Order: sequence, then structure tokens, then C-alpha cells
Amino acid sequence: MHLAYPAVLSALLFCTGLYGVLARRNAILVLMSVELMLNAVNLNLVAFDVWLSRAAEETLHSGQALALFTIAIAAAEIGIGLAIVLAVHRNRGTSDIDRLRDTAEGHEPDGPDGDASGGAASAPRSATEKAEATA
Amino acid sequence: MTLAAAAATAAHATTTTAAETHGFLSPTGVEIAFLLVGLVTLGAAVVTVTTRQLVHAALWLVVALGGLAVEYLLLTAEFIAWVQVLIYVGSVVVLLLFGLMLTRAPIGRSPDADSGNRWVALGVAVTAAAALVWVVVDAFRTTWIDLDGAPAGSTEVTGASLFQHWVLPFEALSVLLLAALVGAIVLSRKAKAERAAATAPTPGTPGPGPTRRETEGTR
Repeated sequence: MHLAYPAVLSALLFCTGLYGVLARRNAILVLMSVELMLNAVNLNLVAFDVWLSRAAEETLHSGQALALFTIAIAAAEIGIGLAIVLAVHRNRGTSDIDRLRDTAEGHEPDGPDGDASGGAASAPRSATEKAEATA
Repeated sequence: MTLAAAAATAAHATTTTAAETHGFLSPTGVEIAFLLVGLVTLGAAVVTVTTRQLVHAALWLVVALGGLAVEYLLLTAEFIAWVQVLIYVGSVVVLLLFGLMLTRAPIGRSPDADSGNRWVALGVAVTAAAALVWVVVDAFRTTWIDLDGAPAGSTEVTGASLFQHWVLPFEALSVLLLAALVGAIVLSRKAKAERAAATAPTPGTPGPGPTRRETEGTR
């Protein structure tokens, strides 16, 4: 098999995930796009490992070992990321990453308290600041 | 005798070089299968990042990850393929669906699924794709993967290399997974306890609520 097939597919998948990370607004959709990017890297690792296991004399199968490690780290990342998204959703009532701009300068009027929709929207300002300190 | 042997080796050399010269216009069956599954995978990935229905995005992600598992099988990396099916399709997508439902994602079309900087993102992604594809095709134009013979990624080979050469990273990874598990539990518990303290403060004991929140704020 020509090596360009998996390499090109991996590059295209990575750029699809890049578009998703930049263009999506829901935090969980951003996490899905990150998964796509990690999978593109995995495909590259596996393809180059299969190529090198025949082309080189002695390999440690480092590509497949790294692919397995990437899969495990992606599982850990999705667990932590979803816990953070759920904590933010409980505190703010939204998982919209465009509204989480408390640390940005010059966006005071449209803060998260003004247009947040949900149960935690009526929480006082100090509670949200404490939540920000904990989250 | 020597002449015949020389002729035989020459003929052998020509046949091997003829076998070594692969053509772009005569793809093998594995390449055709890889191309078709790759098209399905890429299409599912594009639908995942562009659809306006959030649950459909998670379900198209299943198609993309399953297609990638088939690609691993075509690359003779069997163990990675089954790990991909088990972990990604089995658990990660289920976790994502749980997350979508716990954050009260709208079921139908949500008009604000995409951000306002969509066209900037599209430009960045297309530019990156063009640059990456150009560089990769130019670099590996004359490189072929030899897929014949024993599979390069069977469970035996992968396990042997993993537990002979990669034991220390493996153990470190297990510690990392434990830390991630504990971290996820701590994050969930803290938010729930704080919400309970914020919504329903007990009138009898007003002391512990603020002190707990203060300790959490200083942490």
C-alpha cells in the first residue's frame, strides 16, 4: 500500500478536527473534535509503525505502543473534560464556550450573568466568582 | 554455467524491480478498500463537525471512529483496531452522549451550534489541510508499505513489545489513569456539594456552609 494514503487521510482528519475545535460553540462538540484530531494522530502512528516494522531492521513497535498510550490518554482526557464541562454547566447553566469570557478584557456588559439561560443564572455574582475560583 | 547463473540473477533482478515499481494507476485491492473506507470516515468526520443536531454529531462520530478501526485492520494492526472499537466506540462516545444529555442539549436543530468565526476557522483548516497534504505527498511519494507476511500488529507482537520495552511508560500510564479517575470524581463531587450548600442552606447550622465554600475558594 502506498504510504501516502494513510498519511493524507490522517492530515485531512486532523484538519477536520481543527475546524471543529475552532468553529464549534458547544464545549462537548469541541471535545468531539479533539477526539477526531487524536484519532488522526493515531492513524499516522500506526501507519508509520507498520511501514517501519518492514523497512527497518529492529524496531520497538514504538508507533503502536504510542498509539495505545494516546488512546488511554484520550480516555482520561475525555473523562476530565466532561467533568469540567458538567461543573461549568452546573455553575453557569450553559456549556457555551463563547459565553465563558470572564477573564477577557473589555467584555464586561455581556458577561455570563446577563444572558445565561438555566437554573444557575440567577445566582449572585459572588457565587459565580467563587465557582470560577474552584473550577 | 556462470553465464546462465548471471542471466538468471539478471532476470530475477528485473522481475523484482518490476514487482517493486508500483503504479499510481494500478492500485491494489487493499488500497481501493482503504480509499473507500477512508472516504466514508472523512465524510462522517465532516458531518460530525458541521451538523447542527448535537446527538447526530455524536452518532456520526461513531461512524468515523469505526471507519478508523477498519483502517487499522487494513493496515494489519489488529490489536489497535479492537482497542479502538472497545474504548472509543464503546466508552468515549457513550460518555459524550451522557455529557450531552446531562448538559440539557437540545434534541432538535440548534441554530447556534457554530460560532461566529466559522469562516475564519474554515480558512485556517483548508490552509492547514493544503499545506499538510502537499508536504506529506511530496515527502512520501516513493514509499510503499509492505503488507504481506505476518501481521505487524497482532496481539502477540504488540504485547511482547509493550511488556518488554515499554513497561515503565505503561505503569506510569496506569498511574495517570488512576489520577484522572480520582480527579473526575473530585470535580463532580465538589460541584454537587457546593450546589447543595448554595441552594438549600440548612437553617439550624449556618456555620459549615460558608466555611466550606471559603475553603474551596481558597483552594
